[in-house]
Amino acid sequence: MIQNKSTEITVGMFVAAGLVALFVLAMKVSNFTEFNDDAGYQVIAEFENIGGLKVRSPVTMAGVRVGRVSSISLSPETYEAQVTLSIYADFDNIPTDTAASIYTAGLLGEQYIGLEVGAEDEFLQDGDVIDLTQPALVLEKMISQFLFSKAEGDD
Amino acid sequence: MPLIKIRDLHFYRGDKAIFEGVNIDIHRGKITAIMGPSGTGKTTLLRLIGGQLRPDKGTIEVDGQDVHKLSHSELYELRKRMGMLFQSGALLTDINVFENVAFPIREHTQLPESMIRNLVLMKLQAVGLRCARDMMPSELSGGMARRVALARAMTLDPMMIMYDEPFTGQDPISMGTLVNLIHKMNEAMRLTSIIVSHDVVETAEIADFIYLLSGGKVIEKGSSVQLKKSSSQWVQQFMQGLPDGPVPFHYPGVSFSDDLLSPEEIV
Amino acid sequence: MIETIRSLGRWGLNTFERLGRAHIFLFQVLTGIPGLAFRGSLVVQQLFYVGVLSFALILVSGLFVGMVLGLQGYNTLVDFGAEESLGVLVSLSLVRELGPVVAALLFAGRAGSALTAEIGLMKSTEQLSGMEMMAVDPIRRVISPRFLAGFISMPLLAAIFSAVGIFGGFLVGHGLLGVDDGAFWSQMQVKTDWYGDVLNGVIKSVVFGFVVTWIALFEGYDAIPTSEGVGRATTRTVVHSAFAILGLDFVLTALMFGD
Repeated sequence: MIQNKSTEITVGMFVAAGLVALFVLAMKVSNFTEFNDDAGYQVIAEFENIGGLKVRSPVTMAGVRVGRVSSISLSPETYEAQVTLSIYADFDNIPTDTAASIYTAGLLGEQYIGLEVGAEDEFLQDGDVIDLTQPALVLEKMISQFLFSKAEGDD
Repeated sequence: MPLIKIRDLHFYRGDKAIFEGVNIDIHRGKITAIMGPSGTGKTTLLRLIGGQLRPDKGTIEVDGQDVHKLSHSELYELRKRMGMLFQSGALLTDINVFENVAFPIREHTQLPESMIRNLVLMKLQAVGLRCARDMMPSELSGGMARRVALARAMTLDPMMIMYDEPFTGQDPISMGTLVNLIHKMNEAMRLTSIIVSHDVVETAEIADFIYLLSGGKVIEKGSSVQLKKSSSQWVQQFMQGLPDGPVPFHYPGVSFSDDLLSPEEIV
Repeated sequence: MIETIRSLGRWGLNTFERLGRAHIFLFQVLTGIPGLAFRGSLVVQQLFYVGVLSFALILVSGLFVGMVLGLQGYNTLVDFGAEESLGVLVSLSLVRELGPVVAALLFAGRAGSALTAEIGLMKSTEQLSGMEMMAVDPIRRVISPRFLAGFISMPLLAAIFSAVGIFGGFLVGHGLLGVDDGAFWSQMQVKTDWYGDVLNGVIKSVVFGFVVTWIALFEGYDAIPTSEGVGRATTRTVVHSAFAILGLDFVLTALMFGD
């Protein structure tokens, strides 16, 4: 009972240290900071094939990160992959005829979506669809195409 | 009407019978002693009265309430009016003497600090340990620990106090102090006391009424004068502490000579 | 033969009975927790014994575990030219697995065994019984605050362990082995997911804290009140906690990360 005060102080410091550690894990270690982009807007892009694209894969423009993939589903009509992109609110001036392609970072790296800017004066709004898309390159397809063209060329 | 009424008490531990049909009355304002050889379940009896154990058969009434039919909260209300002095003292080892005595007050009341201090000092003064209030339980001798426990048992001004072997392992001086204290407390506070003990001389000195227990039954009851005159050989052996008698010195079994001559355990 | 079967049966029955008692005990402990809202100082005191006194151990262990991860990870990653990913390796190992698991194991050894021994000794010196006779419910007064303190401390300790460990990995990776600090942090931040990795780790540590504190308090409360009994109960706390932590870790990992 006598050391009540110092007990309380050290306990307070301990709890504070624990909370600071959690804060560090949130802000410095994990991607928690990305989750306050609720103010952003969503656009949809349909791809013939998305390869290894995953939810939360980056969306970039000229190499700069402008958003992330927020969901992936299969369209029941077209049988194409329907990818919802969440674009940060700062980038609200992307032309409507912008093209989306799936790229691979490095030889074995992750896949991401790259946007190539179009020339329209109107900008993409929440819920808009990107029409110009280019599917991911699948290695097997590329090889077989290469072999076919090689065989045809020999004739 | 007696304060505690025990009727036809049966209690078993596994297959072993501890009590088989015990009847005891404990009268208000008196010191009642329950004596018997070690292992006759004297402490068990106190735990049964306190509601910590449940009898297999029979009833225990304290102040008109059947202890084992009370709800959890009613039982705890009743216990506030019962004090119990454990053999070890059962002091809380992480707080000092003062806080130990203050513990029941802090737990059960919202009294201001100044009043708690007065109450605690009063109780500690009564057991002569007011100036030992800053000591920790580990620094106390066995007799002092029991006196602190006694002060603690009295803080809520109970109607009765149960003493579990209060004299065991005490030197003559602290034994005398305790005997004196129990006697004085009982008179001054009009308490009802139950002493469980096998220290015949000291207990007989202050007890108004004595029950002798053995083999799960009440063997004899009466005042100490009556018991000393008892015709039962067993009672005589117990009261005078004779080494041999109806309770044999030797644990029962085959005779010594038979054991020596039997070859079975020779390896 | 019959004797073997019989002892097996007896063991089974005893185990079931003990499990039953443990659950009744848990229920009683939990019902005592709402009342602690008015007895905050009791919890603070236990937070000191359970949490603060484990702090130094967790801090030092976390730092060293992180430093070892940094060294070992670097040696493996450098073969693939991927030493930039050291941050990811360190943070994911710590946040998902090592933080909650190692911190819980240390917690069981440091705080769990102390709780068992304390409660067991209180029982053997009749302190719990004495409280009962003073009309103070020992479960609510003694056990519930300790339970709450353990439950709060464990996730905090695990978070501290992970954070310090990542710092230790950074010290070795950047300071000793020369991994680029920008790459270390940014890759880590990209690949470590707040919900999927960090929060799941926190959930693990919450579960471990619950289970370890429960085991420790029950073993103490159920101990045979002799010095030998308390000693055995303390050993059982550490052994059972370790089994429970590692077993539950597998189950939780399968649920969380095993799509």
